[in-house]
Amino acid sequence: MPILVPELLEVIRVAWMPADGSLNGPMVDRLMFWNLIALSVIAVAGHLWLAFAMLRRRAASRSVPAAVRWVLLVGFCAMYAWMALTAQRLWAANRFAGPSLTAMHVEVVGEQFQWYFRYPGPDATFGITRPELVNAAAGNPLGIDPRDPNGKDDIVSSVLVLPVGREVDLQLRSLDVIHGFFIPGMRLKQNTVPGLVLHIHFTPVVPGTYPILCSQVCGAGHARMQARLEVVSPADYEAWLANRERVRAEESGQ
Amino acid sequence: MKKMLSRIFTTDHRALGILYLYLALAAVAVGTVLSLLMRFHRVWPDAVIPFFGVMKPEDYLALVTMHGTLMVFFVLTTAPQSGFANLVLPEQIGARGMAFPRINATAFWLSVLAFLVLISGAHIKGGAAISGWTSYPPFSALPAAGPGQGLGMDLWLLSVGIFCVAAWLSAVNMLATILSGRRAGMTWSRLPMTVWGWLVASILTLLVFAVLLAAAVLLFSDRHFGSSFFIPMGDMIDGRMVGHGDGSPLLWLHLFWFFGHPEVYISVLPGMGLATSLFANFSRRRVAGYRMMAGMLVAIGLLGLGVWGHHMFVSGMNPYAGTAFGMVTMAIAVPSTVEVIGWLATLWGGGLRFQTPMLFALGFLSFFIVGGLTGPLLAQPALDAYLHNTFFVVAHFHLVMGMAAVFSVFAGIYYWFPLMTGRMMNETLGKLHFWISLIAAYGTFLPMHFAGLAGEPRHYDRLAGPVTSFPTLIPVERGITYSAFLLAAAQCIFLWNVFVSARRGRVAETNPWQATTLEWSDTEGPTRVEREAYEYELPSGEGGFHPQWESVGKEE
Repeated sequence: MPILVPELLEVIRVAWMPADGSLNGPMVDRLMFWNLIALSVIAVAGHLWLAFAMLRRRAASRSVPAAVRWVLLVGFCAMYAWMALTAQRLWAANRFAGPSLTAMHVEVVGEQFQWYFRYPGPDATFGITRPELVNAAAGNPLGIDPRDPNGKDDIVSSVLVLPVGREVDLQLRSLDVIHGFFIPGMRLKQNTVPGLVLHIHFTPVVPGTYPILCSQVCGAGHARMQARLEVVSPADYEAWLANRERVRAEESGQ
Repeated sequence: MKKMLSRIFTTDHRALGILYLYLALAAVAVGTVLSLLMRFHRVWPDAVIPFFGVMKPEDYLALVTMHGTLMVFFVLTTAPQSGFANLVLPEQIGARGMAFPRINATAFWLSVLAFLVLISGAHIKGGAAISGWTSYPPFSALPAAGPGQGLGMDLWLLSVGIFCVAAWLSAVNMLATILSGRRAGMTWSRLPMTVWGWLVASILTLLVFAVLLAAAVLLFSDRHFGSSFFIPMGDMIDGRMVGHGDGSPLLWLHLFWFFGHPEVYISVLPGMGLATSLFANFSRRRVAGYRMMAGMLVAIGLLGLGVWGHHMFVSGMNPYAGTAFGMVTMAIAVPSTVEVIGWLATLWGGGLRFQTPMLFALGFLSFFIVGGLTGPLLAQPALDAYLHNTFFVVAHFHLVMGMAAVFSVFAGIYYWFPLMTGRMMNETLGKLHFWISLIAAYGTFLPMHFAGLAGEPRHYDRLAGPVTSFPTLIPVERGITYSAFLLAAAQCIFLWNVFVSARRGRVAETNPWQATTLEWSDTEGPTRVEREAYEYELPSGEGGFHPQWESVGKEE
């Protein structure tokens, strides 16, 4: 037993989500906080009720009047309605509307057991990909069609680098099985499904490095399917992009 | 020998009930050992485990898959539903026996077969399936997707398929028995609440296991007959193109969760019915709002058929569908709340009798409240989008589906033990078992909420990854593991108690709990039932009760 005590104290200390770095994150956090507070209070109240009933030795003849039960029920229904409505508003804001027209575009591709990030390059258009051209050993892990001029300037990275403060539209694909694209620090999660192209959008606002995880079991390497999101200043982002473009141009020039 | 065979291959429903409990016991024992191996590995990932060696990632995933499948199908579906209903259902409704005794016995032996097939998966080359109990394709559709996804996955599918047939046959028998076997006067409003639980769970079983069977057949066909229900065009595995048709992985998710969500209610509805009965019995009161309570069990079952999409908010399903499923899911909180308020109202007056079955029923209620309350939180797509597939969800369903249902099973075993053996279980050991289990279960599953909030995904064989290793969670993980071992150790008290009490326990008098329902009658009972299920303390006051085998004319 004595070994357990410090462990339990530690549990209480580490009780919250990792620091948020996205524009919409604080709303998620606030909602999560109030939900957890409300639900914890109810759980405690329920147990106090239970404890009171258990400690009452002599049976009271009168039970709880039906009116009290109805009032409680109506109160709970009001809470559920509040939860449903507030959460739906946030969900709608994040998912119903598309990104703004000025959002930048990055493609996310999941594969056992890594993430690839493709930038469209100066032409702002992704080249066509074909599964039969996928050949990671030959430097074409996504199967970009060399005959498509739009694909000539595409950049494929294993790190997701984004400029701070700019909205980004991610288009997510998977080459093989279902993966889960999860950035806890951006409060962002979306499965990548083979055969589907899915979109999510968000705005990183705090520079820093954030882990990207796989949240859908996808094979023996599931726990190692991680990548980094680096949110940098716009100038650093431009410099990084320019460097990647130069490297790409050199490689294709040979 | 012949006598022994006829005892094993019996069509006697009571014997079958006990056999089902043995099956569940075997499954829960294996499932628990697997979970302890997982907990051990998460805390000491590089340790050499006796008889196992160093655990590889695929071993861990195979453990998760087997643990989930065993617990959901062979423990939570068999014990509360088939086990207890076989034990007492015909007596409770005053039936002569089961409607289809042979179908009933067939269902049990098919369950055993399914269990053996599943277990055999661990002993073959390549090992057991590793895609989790939900087996999402294309991962589960392609043998090349990982170790264990070849023969191991086939055996998993075969096992699940056989189990579907077994559950279906069992449900047909239960449903027919409840509908046609009730004694004269056993009207809907006189049914014990357990029967309502089994009724709704049987209807759900009938509807949703059929869908799971169909889905399993389609997946099997994708694996072996070249169809592509679930494999999309151009799908690659291991650098090889395998997708040739135009299948949709999301189709599996829809089919699976159309089964998977009601399955939660199949495992917990019988427990809700039993808890209602026990609260009435051990508080010597009528059930507060019987009609409402029974109606809400039905409402939970009906609504439960329309909420499967809340497992799919971030699956790639249309976000508008997420809204719709979120709303329906929130709606299911209402009948659940009615049930909890009803129980609390029944208990409010105090004067409770704290025998072991009652303690476990109260434990069920505690878990149902704590685990259930995170349901409305997870029903909100905006919040679930963060918590989906994290340990928060693991905590949620282990409390509300796992622990609540398991505690209701314990309550049932302590309660009906006299019917099974003619003896009472030891109260002191029972109370010890209860308190240690309660504390250790909370110690195991409450901290998982925090791991989930910290963003730790499920199915990670170790915390240390290439980018993040959740350093703050290591002490939490350790605490969970210690607690899980304590929880498992406490079950030894239970096993000891069962073993000793069955042979040397106090001999039970007739109707030891002073219950009102018909299974406790020592006679055939009246030809016509004239009383409601829970006539406690009426009309004579203190401690009085009128069992259902008493006729109304015979007032004492």
